[in-house]
Amino acid sequence: MIKFRMIGGAIAATAIATMAMAGGHGGDPNVKARQSHMQLYAYNLGILGNMAKGEMEYDAAIAQGAADNMVALSGLFQNTYWAPGTDSQSVENSRAKPALWENIPDAIAISTALNEASVALAAVAGTGQAAIGPALGAVGKNCGTCHEKYQESR
Amino acid sequence: MRYVLILLILIAALAGGALYLTRPIPVAESRLSSLSGDAAAGELVFYASGCSSCHLAPESEDPMLLAGGQRFATEFGTFVAPNISSHPEQGLGSWTQAQFASAVLEGVSPEGAHYYPAFPYSSYTRMSDQDVVDLWAFMQTLPASDAASQPHELALPFQFRQPLGIWKALYVTDGWRLRRVETPEVERGRYLVEALGHCGECHTERNLLGALDQDTWLAGAPNPSGQGRIPAIHPDRLNWSDTDIAYYLETGFTPDFDSAGGSMAAVVRNYAKLPPEDRAAVAAYLKALP
Repeated sequence: MIKFRMIGGAIAATAIATMAMAGGHGGDPNVKARQSHMQLYAYNLGILGNMAKGEMEYDAAIAQGAADNMVALSGLFQNTYWAPGTDSQSVENSRAKPALWENIPDAIAISTALNEASVALAAVAGTGQAAIGPALGAVGKNCGTCHEKYQESR
Repeated sequence: MRYVLILLILIAALAGGALYLTRPIPVAESRLSSLSGDAAAGELVFYASGCSSCHLAPESEDPMLLAGGQRFATEFGTFVAPNISSHPEQGLGSWTQAQFASAVLEGVSPEGAHYYPAFPYSSYTRMSDQDVVDLWAFMQTLPASDAASQPHELALPFQFRQPLGIWKALYVTDGWRLRRVETPEVERGRYLVEALGHCGECHTERNLLGALDQDTWLAGAPNPSGQGRIPAIHPDRLNWSDTDIAYYLETGFTPDFDSAGGSMAAVVRNYAKLPPEDRAAVAAYLKALP
């Protein structure tokens, strides 16, 4: 009997925690913030990448702006929205593996490397189309490293 | 009773005959003896073939130390990638060139046993002799690990390797899936995708016996490691341009500027090291698929 009560209590606690995290419409706000952040990366990388591919005309000011955005984005304070308990096993729509929270120093190191590579990108993005490709490649390596280790496949 | 006995003897004889006919046959020493390996060329074969994707130790710091130990769960059991570093006892440091060629091209071990097709020799069997020899020259230059290879953990009937010969006879062919190629670029792409890159091993569905389904070539498949699906890369299901595909293989960026994760991240690391013509050739091949 005690056992059943404990299980019941645990289920209730989990349900309350889940509701608290869901916080109204459209899922966990931490997950939404992370995904919005990733979309802003993708948008700015898209400008630079399409210039590198030759699919968008090179414009020094726009390239510089997008690269500066990458520096700003990768330097944002993110501690709160990588909240514990918001991994793919715990909340809907999250693709962040639980392993991320077991390796926070490594995740921070990748994030720092991304910021450094973005600074290097911003240093050359305004100097010409040819400079973008290699610098962008160095940025993208960090995206791949983090996704490989800490992102669930679709 | 007597008829049953005769029937059993007949079945045993047939099975014995089938196993005999499909016994492991290594590459003859003489076949490659006139070729000399070029380690620099072999390095590119190594990247294109993705050896390290499976043979690195889990979370290895050294991208060239092929110590093995990664685990691959399948419905037949769990395969554990062996040590293929240059270590003379634990790795393949004391193999001959022909033994290496037998492993890669025929799926036959130096001890004369069939390898399980988790090792993608059913793709590598299309590798050119020169590339095998170059790859061997390069792999001997790689560092040695003294980590012992771990045994596979397979369900009972699959622990016996002899029947793999029948599997090979049914499913391993050195013919091409794309039979007609119009340009040298598509031909090179076919070689990269169907032989070295062994793309079909993940991007194609498998049948009950674990062989690639002929009819759904590169049309995507369940992820063998459980989560999600490996996407289709057949042009019916993937509308990326040639440039998009080549750029993805170089940078990991999709046309939407998401970035490759999972097992594909290692593939991108490898293909980024190849000449741009090779990435373009892969794109040209994929676009040429009927």
